[in-house]
Amino acid sequence: MSKITVSEVEHVANLARLRLDADELEAFTKQLNEILEFMGKLEALDTSGVEPTTRAIELLNVFRDDEAKPSLSVEEVEQNAPQSEEGAFVVPRII
Amino acid sequence: MNNPADLTLTDLRDMLDKGDVSSEEATRAYLDRIEKIDPKVRSFVTITGEKALEQARKADKVISRGEASPLTGIPLGIKDVICTKGVKTTCSSKMLGNFVPPYNATVMERLEAQGAVMLGKLNMDEFAMGSSTENSAFFQTRNPWDLDRIPGGSSGGSAASVASRLCAASLGSDTGGSIRQPASHCGVVGMKPTYGRVSRFGLVAFASSLDQIGPLARSVKDCAVLLQAISGPDTKDSTCLPQPVPAYADACIKGLDDFTIGIPDEYFVDGLDPDVEKAVQAGIEALASQGAEIRRISLPHTGYAVATYYIIATAEASSNLSRYDGVKYGFRAEDYSSLMEMYKETRAKGFGAEVKRRIMLGTYCLSAGYYDAFYKKASKVRTLIIQDFKDAFQECDAVAAPVAPTTAFRLGEKVHNPIQMYLSDIFTIPVNLAGIPGISVPCGLDSKGLPIGLQLMTGHLQEEKLFRAAFNLEAALDLDISWPEL
Repeated sequence: MSKITVSEVEHVANLARLRLDADELEAFTKQLNEILEFMGKLEALDTSGVEPTTRAIELLNVFRDDEAKPSLSVEEVEQNAPQSEEGAFVVPRII
Repeated sequence: MNNPADLTLTDLRDMLDKGDVSSEEATRAYLDRIEKIDPKVRSFVTITGEKALEQARKADKVISRGEASPLTGIPLGIKDVICTKGVKTTCSSKMLGNFVPPYNATVMERLEAQGAVMLGKLNMDEFAMGSSTENSAFFQTRNPWDLDRIPGGSSGGSAASVASRLCAASLGSDTGGSIRQPASHCGVVGMKPTYGRVSRFGLVAFASSLDQIGPLARSVKDCAVLLQAISGPDTKDSTCLPQPVPAYADACIKGLDDFTIGIPDEYFVDGLDPDVEKAVQAGIEALASQGAEIRRISLPHTGYAVATYYIIATAEASSNLSRYDGVKYGFRAEDYSSLMEMYKETRAKGFGAEVKRRIMLGTYCLSAGYYDAFYKKASKVRTLIIQDFKDAFQECDAVAAPVAPTTAFRLGEKVHNPIQMYLSDIFTIPVNLAGIPGISVPCGLDSKGLPIGLQLMTGHLQEEKLFRAAFNLEAALDLDISWPEL
């Protein structure tokens, strides 16, 4: 399995919306390589013709009637918001 | 009268129903012990003393009317990954340090409906990621048998509090062994149910195809009573199984005639501590003494389980944890000049190292160009691991094996070596990948006096068989282990 480089780690951190400092970047590059090498042992296993497991249990569609039920109030939901105003979440200006 | 905190859940139930002790007295006894002992063990993140006493007084009225349910008035501890309405639910993370859920998890609704008492919320590895509780963002929970050692994880607080008699029983969650491994290290019984047996609504998600809530207690029967209370279908979780819930405690009957127990060769390998192996062998002999037939079996793909798990679990985690963006709830960083910077700073400062490492790993395994090599490959190996168990349960009723390769390790021993830490879950992970139930039952002590657990596993929804085997193991061993003095 090919080695993961520092710039690839930076790319993944961007995808994951994580800011990593220089020390973290270095440490993660080393550790991710060790872990990925360990995971590489799966390559040796022949899985041709094996169906992937896509759900934990053999349940098909679960239906229920589409009925309106009480839900949380705006006030209750807002209580945990870092910043909110008039029933809306406030974030930095995007346009 | 003896201290009610020394009783098992089942014995406390009898005493409550006979009127020999009130729930308020029992709750006070636990709160007193928590005040004295928990500064050493540090299992509780939040103690809800006032609320507990209020619930206890309410329970006493129900009991005196003769209307008690199995858990009415029983003081419990809850892992801080389970949402409790109006009580902080932190996941031992800075990210949720001030999060107060506006709703209850389904399991909390069920406990409250029975009139159970909640003493508080228990410490854990951040977002349930870890095997030692060293990843808590707040403080280290210690093993009550040796305070310089880890209690296991991620449900370290749940196991340590039961072992220290700081609650009658507790709830934990198990994604790769997070109930069974700390139960083994702390000398208590810990059980992971079949995937879908217990609703996950209100359980903060780590890896959704693997997570299950389950009980930790001082006896097998106590676990059975607690599991029964929290199990069953839930319209709020579409992966929750529709099958009715049997009376699990009734499955705790003596005798294992017509019962075959499989011993998988792959679980007795290099790296298994000799003391652990000896105690597990003694446990297997105890099962045989109750009439069980013991048969060697093979689970050939066991050696691939850890690698498979750390791809699937981290991939699911990277997706689940994308919700922590500092917008709707939880922590938000202070310094940022754009929305993107706000996300990145919030996640950089809100998550600890192990959580970041797993998000990175999962994101990488799911990213363009690597999905087939990692995630898809792991999903196929998962199929092979599931098939291993299906084949095994054609020829045996339950599988017996160690829970962990060693007893509790020292604080800091594995903290800088992620792979070593991941390998401590080597024997518990296959159960989660297969979605089957598993239980850890104490089976002895090592030469240092540290507890050892024996793991039993059964097929899908075969909880009754699991409890029957576990109950017989516990009864046959009849371990004369006194609880740690603290």
